[in-house]
Amino acid sequence: MTTMLNVRDLRAYYGQVQALHGLEFGLNEGSLTTLLGANGAGKTTTLRAICNMVRTTGSIEFEGAPLTGRSTENIVRLGIAHVPQGRGTFTTMTVEENLQLGSITRKDKAGIVSDIERMYDHFPVLKARHTQQAGTLSGGEQQMLAVARALMLRPRLMLLDEPSFGLAPLIVRDLFKILGKINREDKVTILVVEQNAQLALELADKAYVIETGRIVMSGNAAEIANNEDVRKSYLGY
Amino acid sequence: MELFTNQILAGIATGAIYACMALAVVMIYQAIDHLNFAQGEMATFSTFVAWQLIQWGVPYWGAFLITLAFSFVGGILIERVLFKPLAKAPILTNVAGFIALFAIINSCSGLIWDFTIKQFPTPFGSSPFLGSQLISTHQAGMIGVTLVLLILLFFFFRFTRIGLAMRAAASLPESARLVGINTSWMIALGWGMATAIGAIAGMLIAPVVFLEPNMMIGVLLYGFAAAVLGGLTSPFGAVIGGFLVGIFENLAGTYIPGVGNELKLPIALALIITVLVVKPAGLFGRPIVKRV
Repeated sequence: MTTMLNVRDLRAYYGQVQALHGLEFGLNEGSLTTLLGANGAGKTTTLRAICNMVRTTGSIEFEGAPLTGRSTENIVRLGIAHVPQGRGTFTTMTVEENLQLGSITRKDKAGIVSDIERMYDHFPVLKARHTQQAGTLSGGEQQMLAVARALMLRPRLMLLDEPSFGLAPLIVRDLFKILGKINREDKVTILVVEQNAQLALELADKAYVIETGRIVMSGNAAEIANNEDVRKSYLGY
Repeated sequence: MELFTNQILAGIATGAIYACMALAVVMIYQAIDHLNFAQGEMATFSTFVAWQLIQWGVPYWGAFLITLAFSFVGGILIERVLFKPLAKAPILTNVAGFIALFAIINSCSGLIWDFTIKQFPTPFGSSPFLGSQLISTHQAGMIGVTLVLLILLFFFFRFTRIGLAMRAAASLPESARLVGINTSWMIALGWGMATAIGAIAGMLIAPVVFLEPNMMIGVLLYGFAAAVLGGLTSPFGAVIGGFLVGIFENLAGTYIPGVGNELKLPIALALIITVLVVKPAGLFGRPIVKRV
């Protein structure tokens, strides 16, 4: 299996404050990896660092090419879709316009049209509301819209920042089912940051645990799920 | 009654100009969160360029189009050279930048074309429109050109991909970057378009107020009043605000004793202050909430 994303000695800074202290990890092509950790451990910062939305040192390589020094929009254009915390919905625009924005860098008109239909198949609720302002959707619907918007890029890698945040448990299960399907059927490599460790570990095949800006544990999701320390610290049972 | 109708129509005609200026101001405000104090001077400079082209024998509509292209490129250049480096600077630094731009362009207009007033031609003529004494053909032309412009802009922003990208970049820059939009260039494009819109306003109002380097100062003030009235966050509101301010200005000048022509400008200022006190978001704007 080839490594798609390779992160070495990653340090990130917010002004004077250092948030990541030499992070090292890799993502295999086609894998579904989860990054676990408590509040403030640096999960969001890690995703932001990959997309160059925070000041960093160290190296990040995507399919062999360094990402450092590239602007956020150029990184996205390489096929890295980022679903940010808070979803980043364009609330004053319609659902369909949000989807079109997801594919704004693509030139294949026919492909875009058929992809929008595909998203409506994945998420029927979006089809029912396609002319509605995105801001009027419920939290769960907005999260689905955010995932669908990211998929409109036809990404090679998708980064998701706490997709379960603020959603009812049932909706979270649906969403994670769809993520698994996207990973298997569309061959999209996925890195998902989660506080809901139990669910994330059920879904993922690989997991990293991050603590105050360092990776403290890594392994197969099943191993991590059975690890006594992790269970105590993050799963709460 | 005829006087009243006449004033309303004349108000709509000048209101069209205010609408253009307000729209230009709002477009830049949406993109960079600052008011462009130099919008009027930029429009004046563009109008001088058109005047010069016409002096050199270029036909009116040719000069009109060349001026639009010149203004579009000029607006982009101003953004790239002056305001892109200031993007992360404090508000006051930006304000200083706008004042500097105002002074520079105003002086350049004076230096190149001096301060004597010039006649600017109208392609519409100034005979009564359709034989009616209510409105002149030039006033009708002002309204017509503005309406065509507004319709084109509406279609551009509603139905083209680049229009969609510009709206996205203005409403949520970070999300826009995350779908791969080069927000920095969208801002530059916004400057180019706003400058071209300002140029149209300048060229349309010049035959009425005569061309000189300070021509647009009063007009921009009404433009600001229109933008504030309609809501600085709403391009649609800015346009409506422009027409309302135009009508209001004319009616107040005619019917409120003592206002006349001399006190028309303070009316714009009074309007700005009243709106900011009573309804800061304007008629169509979203209330601006900032986390501190």
